[in-house]
Amino acid sequence: MLTLLPVSFAAATKVDATVFAISALFVLVGAIGVVVARNPVHSALSLVLTLFGVAVLFIEQQANFLAAVQVIVYAGAIVVLFLFVIMFLGVDRRENLALEPLPAQRPLAVGLVALGLAGLLVLGVAAHWSVGAHSVAGGLNGQQGGDVAALGRSVFTTYLFPFEVTAALLVIAVVGAVVLARRVPRASRQVPAEGAPPAEGAPPQERRSGEQVGDPMAALAEAVANAVAAGLVSPSDAETEESEAGEREPEPVGEGGAKP
Amino acid sequence: MSLSGNWYLGLAAVLFSIGALGLLVRRNVLVMFMCVELMLNAANLTLVTFARMLNDVGGQALVFFVLVVAAAEVVVGLGIVVAIYRRRAGEGTTADDLHIMKG
Repeated sequence: MLTLLPVSFAAATKVDATVFAISALFVLVGAIGVVVARNPVHSALSLVLTLFGVAVLFIEQQANFLAAVQVIVYAGAIVVLFLFVIMFLGVDRRENLALEPLPAQRPLAVGLVALGLAGLLVLGVAAHWSVGAHSVAGGLNGQQGGDVAALGRSVFTTYLFPFEVTAALLVIAVVGAVVLARRVPRASRQVPAEGAPPAEGAPPQERRSGEQVGDPMAALAEAVANAVAAGLVSPSDAETEESEAGEREPEPVGEGGAKP
Repeated sequence: MSLSGNWYLGLAAVLFSIGALGLLVRRNVLVMFMCVELMLNAANLTLVTFARMLNDVGGQALVFFVLVVAAAEVVVGLGIVVAIYRRRAGEGTTADDLHIMKG
């Protein structure tokens, strides 16, 4: 790419080159800010910087409609949604980036990404970046009405079916978001399952039903009572053991036996 | 005339790499989502640049659809984050906390 540098800059006007340089700076600073910011709110605001820079680059390439949509949809809706969720969840505090559970992850990620970027740039320069047929889906430059009219004609004729499919996609996304964010009613959530451990508030005495189950249960309860009397087990442990022994087989406690 | 498209494509490649690096390195789910947005923007920039270089309106139409899909993706993704956070209240939003399905 460096060999193309003087040629490219000579062909463009100074204004275009300056606009590109400034907006590219914004884009890269914002992107690095998203990755390294410790506070998620700062990440979101850096994302706005990047999105505005990309919008300026869109305008610079005569994609005026897409630049407007970029600002409205991304900076106006998506980033606000991000900020809303960050504030809603209350996670707008600094996190410790020095903490890294997997020691090899960061060097590996940097190496992998650097390798991919180098390969991409080398292949791009070697293949002269853009080798394709021109104007397959219709011309863009010099159309009547500019890029807005050209894009509109394309979307409402050639790409009409995908356009309709995106309408269905948006409806599905809205319904999905409503279903996901809906609060489940408490009555249906707290139905006690069979064999569940006793609820926190319930006293263990009411749940003692060892006498009705059979002899092994009664024998176990008696043994526990004797152990308490002998001072081997503390009373609080004995109570939980008794209450559990009344409900299930005396097997080693495995799943879900949460102690209150 | 405008700057050569190679510059835009190189910038988009660097932007995509930064987004991919953030996705691999960061552990906050929300920041990972933002890095995905960075990568989507890099792809959009590439498509717009190719549309200009090849004088083809198809690139811009594709960017239009990518914007729609990105919006839907963010809505559903943030809905999932809110639902998970609500179910496991107070445990943070790092990807390491979400190991329920680990065998």
